[in-house]
Amino acid sequence: MGDVVFTKKGEKVMSKHSKEQATISRRNLLKASAALATAPLFFTKGAYAKDFINNPGKSPTVTLGFNVPQTGAYADEGADELRAFKLAVKHLNGEGDGGLMNTMKPMNLTGNGILGKKVVYVTGDTQTKSDAARASAKRMIEKDGVIMFSGGSSSGVAIAVQSLAQEAGVIFMAGLTHSNDTTGKDKRRYGFRHFFNAKMTGSALGPVLKEEMGVNRNAYHLTSDYTWGWTQEASIKETTEDLGWKTTATVRTPVGAGDFSQFITPILNSGADTLILNHYGKDMINSLTQSVQFGLRDKVVNGKQFEIIVPLYSRLMAQGAGKNLQGILGTTNWDWQLQDAGSKAFVKSFGTEYGFPPSMAAHTCYVQTLLYANACENAATFYPPEVIKQLEGFKFDGMGNGKTEYRAEDHQCFKDVLVVRGKQNPSSQFDLLDIVKEVPRAQVEYDASIFGGHLGPYKV
Amino acid sequence: MDAILIQLLNGLDKGAAYALIALGLTLVFGTLGIVNFAHGALFMLGAFCAVSFQQLLTISVKVVDPSITFFTAYKTQPYLEIWFGDVGLMMIDYAVPLSILMAIPVMLIIGLMIERGLIRHFYKRSHAEQILVTFGLAIVIQEVIRHFFGANPMPTPAPDIVSSSAQVGAWLGLSENLVYPWWRLIYLAFSALVIVSVFAFLQLTTFGMIVRAGMFDRQMVGFLGINVQRKFTIVFAIATVVAGLAGVMYAPILPPDYHMGMDFLVLSFVVVVVGGMGSLGGAVAAGFLLGIVQSFASMTVVNELIPGIDQVIIYLVAVIILLTRPRGLMGRQGVMED
Repeated sequence: MGDVVFTKKGEKVMSKHSKEQATISRRNLLKASAALATAPLFFTKGAYAKDFINNPGKSPTVTLGFNVPQTGAYADEGADELRAFKLAVKHLNGEGDGGLMNTMKPMNLTGNGILGKKVVYVTGDTQTKSDAARASAKRMIEKDGVIMFSGGSSSGVAIAVQSLAQEAGVIFMAGLTHSNDTTGKDKRRYGFRHFFNAKMTGSALGPVLKEEMGVNRNAYHLTSDYTWGWTQEASIKETTEDLGWKTTATVRTPVGAGDFSQFITPILNSGADTLILNHYGKDMINSLTQSVQFGLRDKVVNGKQFEIIVPLYSRLMAQGAGKNLQGILGTTNWDWQLQDAGSKAFVKSFGTEYGFPPSMAAHTCYVQTLLYANACENAATFYPPEVIKQLEGFKFDGMGNGKTEYRAEDHQCFKDVLVVRGKQNPSSQFDLLDIVKEVPRAQVEYDASIFGGHLGPYKV
Repeated sequence: MDAILIQLLNGLDKGAAYALIALGLTLVFGTLGIVNFAHGALFMLGAFCAVSFQQLLTISVKVVDPSITFFTAYKTQPYLEIWFGDVGLMMIDYAVPLSILMAIPVMLIIGLMIERGLIRHFYKRSHAEQILVTFGLAIVIQEVIRHFFGANPMPTPAPDIVSSSAQVGAWLGLSENLVYPWWRLIYLAFSALVIVSVFAFLQLTTFGMIVRAGMFDRQMVGFLGINVQRKFTIVFAIATVVAGLAGVMYAPILPPDYHMGMDFLVLSFVVVVVGGMGSLGGAVAAGFLLGIVQSFASMTVVNELIPGIDQVIIYLVAVIILLTRPRGLMGRQGVMED
């Protein structure tokens, strides 16, 4: 079997060496056949008799697809993700300083591409729209022949392309997606998420909220009306109600509403003393700016200072919100100011390449690319079911979030979560977040079965 | 009562923005007969005049953080602060209102350039072609802004003194919880001022009289030996300035991003149609009407009764008005009618 190879189209052929054997003598051929028939299966690793979509075969290159928002509201975040992907490709191909390949443990990457094949890539524009993202991913799979695709910035998009990944049998390494559904009810065997989720945000934020704001508060939620907003609202509500807080109201707001005044004014007379903004990106910047303009942060309700909480925010978004975000609590997946070896290596690598620090979206995309490549090396094949098995339950360290595990049951990565606060006196244009607490992984873990869903089959 | 009053204020505020944009659209349509889909982009350009002016005032000396070696991280101190101390800081604080001084000539020049360089070549083309070319122009303007300023919204705060809320409830002897942002009240007053100025200009000046006459019967005014085309070019520039000013003053309410014009454009066209094609008074009336209707439809109690009504109410009202008054609230016979 070791001499059986595949063409690019997956056709089984005999190698030159096999043909030579076949022409030596009938006796030798019979011996060889007997030996092959009795050979233990582990000798066959890496040479599967099954075909799979976009098998690179003998091609000297392997193609990855980076499907990010290049236009629309998340274009800046998408641009940062793309920078990270390009950097990861560079490092995989043995160029640059190697970045996180210097700190990742355990690791089988050698800087010689993936399985000896040079990594090339194609890009697509999701426009942060599910239909556009699916069309772009489909083009990557069918036309560009990608073996894996990645990217993010919206859970709606991630869930849409993840189901496409399952149908096509191409692995999707999700970028920024925070909805519980991505690895919950909508989880897929071919989808993997390194980024944390709303449930983990709630678990990390809860104790800090209790410590700073007490156990007797009335919370008012403004929530983006789509999968991410719904699950974050549910998770934060669960957390705060467990603390003893009451939920005054949960109000859904259309994505991209722009003017949130009609949603903010009812808060003034609601009796709520805390506003939880389940908004991200432009919506968060606008709703927060307008909440501050309506004087919410200056109000005293029920004898308590009115507080605003933004459960998920990133440095890129903090730039847009300006001073309004100062002092406001939230969580983030990663921050460039972390001082562990992995974070420092990544910041050095990215900062030297591009002249500014990476965002959390860039970090997760870079890590996902390396994790996929490493899984292929571990599996010694690109055959997706084997790569998936390598990723499932994979435990690693040195990637900037402490000891991390890709849980096999739901393909959710579990790692430390950062509780952060908008910085009051920034020391530079990038110094926008104070890390309040690095919440250990054990505190944010949960039972995989609580969100339901089915991963689906390995073979499609 | 508090809730109704605050939604009324919200509606007036939204309506003011719609009315300002629709006013410019109607001016252009009424004079040049052009359906200008780039008008929203002009509103956005106005907002970016405020952003640019703020950036101009905050040109700074950079104090590099030596602890960071892989990229340049720095703290800034504006030259205006170094040179003029508190006066310099005050100028930065008032960047948005001061940017009006920059926005007027900039938008005027942009308006003239667009009309002379592009729009005039499409006067005799069909409305479909006009829409295509102006929509294309809007996309080009958007992408240019995105290239230079990025896709993220740009924080453009109002002056500190008006960044908080006015105690509207206390003024009226109602609940103390009834507050409304100062800047939104200023925006409302500013819009009223601009609208009154445009109407006064058209009603009380000779230029305005010619423009109105041209809107009514362009050929007849031409027969009288008046170069109506030149006047209309200036009207296009004025409409551009009105859209720009609306954008400048809206910047503290909605941190500007390259796409903000498109968000307003569709609604503004609905406003123009509801008001009556070519009717300036109709555009203003419809702007405020639809703003108020939308605001009340967004009230929690209304939304609980009819979920999602806030998303469709404007279009429902438009349908009802057009069914009962096919030419809109104040539309004239013969406009956009073959």
